[in-house]
Amino acid sequence: MAKQIEVSDLDAYYGSHKAIEGISMTIEPRSVTAFIGPSGCGKSTFLRTLNRMHEVIPGARVEGKVRLEDQDLYGANVDPVSVRRTIGMVFQRPNPFPTMSIFDNVAAGLRLNGRFSRSQLDGIVEESLKGANLWNEVKTRLNKPGAGLSGGQQQRLCIARAIAVRPQVLLMDEPCSALDPISTLAIEDLISQLKQEFTIVIVTHNMQQAARVSDRTAFFNLAAQGQPGKLIEMDETSRIFTNPTQKATEDYITGRFG
Amino acid sequence: MTVQTGIRPLSVGRRVKDRAVQGLVYLAFAIAVVPLVSVLWMVISNGLKRFDIEFLTHSMRNIGARDAGGGAYHAIIGTLEQVLLASLIAVPIGLLTAVYLVEYGNGGRLSRMISFFVDIMTGVPSIVAGLFVLAFWILVLGMPFSGFAGALALSILMMPVVVRSTEEMLRLVPNELREASFALGVPKWRTIAKVVLPTAFTGIVTGVMLAVARVAGETAPLLLTVFFTDSINEDPFNGPQMGLPLYVFGQSGLPQDVAIDRAWTGALTLILIVMLLNLVARLISWWRSPAKRG
Repeated sequence: MAKQIEVSDLDAYYGSHKAIEGISMTIEPRSVTAFIGPSGCGKSTFLRTLNRMHEVIPGARVEGKVRLEDQDLYGANVDPVSVRRTIGMVFQRPNPFPTMSIFDNVAAGLRLNGRFSRSQLDGIVEESLKGANLWNEVKTRLNKPGAGLSGGQQQRLCIARAIAVRPQVLLMDEPCSALDPISTLAIEDLISQLKQEFTIVIVTHNMQQAARVSDRTAFFNLAAQGQPGKLIEMDETSRIFTNPTQKATEDYITGRFG
Repeated sequence: MTVQTGIRPLSVGRRVKDRAVQGLVYLAFAIAVVPLVSVLWMVISNGLKRFDIEFLTHSMRNIGARDAGGGAYHAIIGTLEQVLLASLIAVPIGLLTAVYLVEYGNGGRLSRMISFFVDIMTGVPSIVAGLFVLAFWILVLGMPFSGFAGALALSILMMPVVVRSTEEMLRLVPNELREASFALGVPKWRTIAKVVLPTAFTGIVTGVMLAVARVAGETAPLLLTVFFTDSINEDPFNGPQMGLPLYVFGQSGLPQDVAIDRAWTGALTLILIVMLLNLVARLISWWRSPAKRG
C-alpha cells in the first residue's frame, strides 16, 4: 500500500510569485514525516504540490519532479484526479460536507468515484471510522449530519473520509491547529496507528507535536518576506531536535525566532 | 489633548441619539410595510367577492359585456403553462451560466463579458423582451401567437435573475468543500454536481422562485406574444392563449362593475399562485436541508 515519494528540484509559483524553490527530498513509506518552519515558508504549498492540489488555485503552477515509486506525478499523461485518489489529504480546518450525513461523508469519496453495493459501503465506512477512532462515538447516529459533530470529531470524520478511498499516502495540513489538546491527542494517537499502513506527511506549527509523532522532520525557512521558501534540512526527528546541522534549524527549534 | 478613560455612566446625549435612531428605524419599517399591507388588503377585500368555483373553472367564452359570472380558468392555465415553459428554458441555461461564471470562468475575459451582459439583461424593460420575441419569433420566423412565444419572452426576463442569484449562492459555498472533494480524487464536474450544487440548493431554489414570481406577473411581454383570448386553449404551442396578468389588464379596462370585480379576483388568484409556488419551494428546501435530519 504505502509508497515512497521522491521530490527533485521542485519550484512552486502563485502567478509570478515564487513560493518555494529548489526542494528535493525523499519521503519514506510507512513512516511519519513532519514539515516545520515559520509561517509563510511554503510548507503547506509544498504539501499541496505532492498531490497536485496546488494547481487548483488559479494562476498556481509547479516546476520540477515528484515521483511516487517510479511514476512521475507531473508527467504529461497523468490525470491529476487519479493522483489525488492515490494521495489523500486532510485539511487544517475540518470540512465535512454539510449536506451529507456522517455515513455519506465517509462514503463520499467512494460514491463519487464509482459504484459500490450498500453492503460494501457499510463495510468500508465502518472500517474507516474505526480506523479514525470515531466509530464508537458515532455508530448509533450514522445518518445524522456530519456538521453536528464537535470540531475534533469532525476532523476525525475527515480523516475517515480520506482513508476510506484507500490512498497510499496521507497528507495532513496542520490537522490539529483548530483543535483542543484532547482532540489533538486523539489525532496524534491515530497518526501513529495509521503509519502502519500509510505514508504520512504532516505540516505542523507545533514542534512538540512534530517531535511526538514524526520519524523524520524537514525544516523549511525563507530568507526574507517575499523570498521563496527553501528546505533547510531534513533528518531523523531525534537528530533535528537534538543535534541539527544548520544554525537556522537550531534557532527555530529552540525558539530564538519564528 | 487628553483622551478620557475610565468607566463612566452612559451619557444623556448618547441615550437620546440611541432613542432617536431607533425611532427612525421603526418609522422606516412602518412606512415600508404600509403599501404592502394596503395592496394585500385591497386585493383580498375586493377579490374575495368573485373568488368562487365558477371563477376557477370557467372561461370568458360566451360571456356578454354586462353578464356577471365567467371566470379565469383559461388565464390560470395559460399563466401556469407559460411560466412552466419559461422556467424550463431559463433555469437550466441560467444555472449553467452561473456554474460557468463561478467554477470555470476564473474572472477571465469571457466571464467578465458574460457578467456584463447579464447585468444589462437585468435592466431590460419587459416590453423590450416582448417586442424582441414579436419581431424575431412571430414576424421574422412566422410563428403564430402562442403561449410558447410568451414563455420565450418571459424566459429572457428570468434568465438574468436566475444567473445572478445562483451566482451569489455558488460563491457562498466555501472553497474548502471543493478542495475536500478534489482531495478525495473526485473530478471537478462531479464535485460541482454532488457537493457544490447541493450545498447551495436552498439558496438556488429561493432565487429561482423569485425569478418565477417576477415573471408570473409580467403583462407587457405577454400582450405582444400570446395575444388575447376568451376561450380555453390548453396547447401552449398553438394559437393565442391567455394569462392572468393579461386577464386582469383586460377586465380592469372594461367599464362594467362585474368586469372590475373579475379583475380584482384575477389579481388575487395571481398572488395566491405565486404564494403557493413559494410555499412549495420552501417545502422542497426544508425537505432537502440537513437540519431536518439533525
